[in-house]
Amino acid sequence: MIVADKKPIEEIIEEVKDHDKILILGCNECVTVCEAGGKKEVGVLASALRIYFLNQGKEMKIDERTLERQCDQEYLDEIRDVADDYDAILSLACGVGVQFTAEQYFSRPVYPGVNTCFLGATEERGLWTERCQACGQCVLASTGGICPISRCAKRILNGPCGGSSNGKCEISKELTCAWHLIVERLKSLDRLDDYEKLFPIKDWSTDRAGGPRKVVREDVQL
Amino acid sequence: MSEAKTPSKLEKILRAGHLGVTSECGPPRGTDPDAIKKKAELIKDHVDAINITDNQTSMTRLCSLASCIHLKLMGLEPILQMVTRDRNRIALQSDILGAASFDIHNMLCLTGDHQSFGDCKQGQNVHDLDSMQLIQTVRHMRDEGKFLGGDDIKRPPNMFVGAAANPFADPFEIRVPRLAKKIAAGVEFIQTQCIYNLEKFEEWMRLARERGLTEKVFILAGLTPMKSAGMAKYMKNRVPGMDVPDELVKRLAGVPKEKQAQEGIDICVESIQRLKEMEGVKGFHIMAIEWEEKVPEIVERTGLHPRPKN
Ligand code: SF4
Ligand code: SF4
Repeated sequence: MIVADKKPIEEIIEEVKDHDKILILGCNECVTVCEAGGKKEVGVLASALRIYFLNQGKEMKIDERTLERQCDQEYLDEIRDVADDYDAILSLACGVGVQFTAEQYFSRPVYPGVNTCFLGATEERGLWTERCQACGQCVLASTGGICPISRCAKRILNGPCGGSSNGKCEISKELTCAWHLIVERLKSLDRLDDYEKLFPIKDWSTDRAGGPRKVVREDVQL
Repeated sequence: MSEAKTPSKLEKILRAGHLGVTSECGPPRGTDPDAIKKKAELIKDHVDAINITDNQTSMTRLCSLASCIHLKLMGLEPILQMVTRDRNRIALQSDILGAASFDIHNMLCLTGDHQSFGDCKQGQNVHDLDSMQLIQTVRHMRDEGKFLGGDDIKRPPNMFVGAAANPFADPFEIRVPRLAKKIAAGVEFIQTQCIYNLEKFEEWMRLARERGLTEKVFILAGLTPMKSAGMAKYMKNRVPGMDVPDELVKRLAGVPKEKQAQEGIDICVESIQRLKEMEGVKGFHIMAIEWEEKVPEIVERTGLHPRPKN
């Protein structure tokens, strides 16, 4: 899933303080799972903002709504009737949702309420970690199912670097070295010989480097 | 090992069967070329070639290439260190051409420390290639005379290609396979991480010999003399991938503070003497960090002076 984290309330106040009527728009997908922008967080943020502006002596209408998805036109259409009642939308969806909402409600300012962080998984409640950087050409088949692009601090394809120590990455004792994990996994798969295969120079044109990407699937197009 | 493939003086000395001696100089954090020239003056008669580090520990410094040119203009033999952290494949190939245009004939391919160690923690890192792929790239440019993109290079670069190896990093079981992998990528000489744990190094060398790797690559044993017990403790606890045995820390701590530096030099000399007997060790890389003036003493006391005239 896409993992996001809450923005500091001060930053959000700065974004919305000049408006009088705002809609806080949550999303029921990834940001709900990572507890940053679901219905619950919409409610908490709305209360905090109401109290803040009340104390400031500013009258502010703050409404709450959470859509099934903000990266989908069908669900975004659900607020078509009410969008005009607000002079700004504060979206707690990931960066994709924020932008898609802004595209659908072009004349309305749409502000981000979360920082979109990475593609990751829930390791335990309150702990999410990165697993993929969407490089567009997945290499997991040759790395024992562990991604060196997202999990090695230097995205080394022929690792580990000289800084790997006691299974930890040179940048932090808290971080497991991805190449340590890869070697361990190859060992348990009885495939350690594969370690010696040189990973060729990667074509990064399918990555961010190649410019904004798109997937076109004629087989599913209507 | 066979005929020299490049005009590198280091390569000629190694292929002639002599023990090679290299050292390194870190460029200054400013524009004064004398900083690098003075360091080089201190060691030039005692080493065959001098590494110039590339923004080591990710601190921004005068660039490795320009520093190498200063050495070249002094008539010395530089080894251009290049990390893959800061440059993509365009910049790396371009700098290789630039170096070769000044007849710089040695290069060391490295990944580089993470930028979070340095003065630009908020910067991006590039890592378009990794160190193995940089080895492949420079060998491809030299041997095929072609760019990565496939076009011909007019007057291809003629570099003797090196890399680092850390026999002490984890996991140990891939340390020798990793060396084999670098050799497969095309590396011709290796400078190792600083050796303090001689037993572990010996084990690594034994495994490398068993696979015939010491016949395929020149291994220069890396050494850094300790200035004090404090430095030994710091290296032991703080520097990733460094293996400093407790006995060594104890030995340094066992002598009065003002004598610890000399003890550090003595330890380094004793290590070299032991390593000289180790089959497969083809030379020494003496990294006396901000202590270049000690290199001549170490080289002389270990019988590695005078240096061959290539
Ligand atoms: S290799 Fe690429 S696509 Fe596969 S997990 Fe890593 S970043 Fe994602
Ligand atoms: S220590 Fe491991 S994870 Fe960290 S940069 Fe080096 S190879 Fe990558």
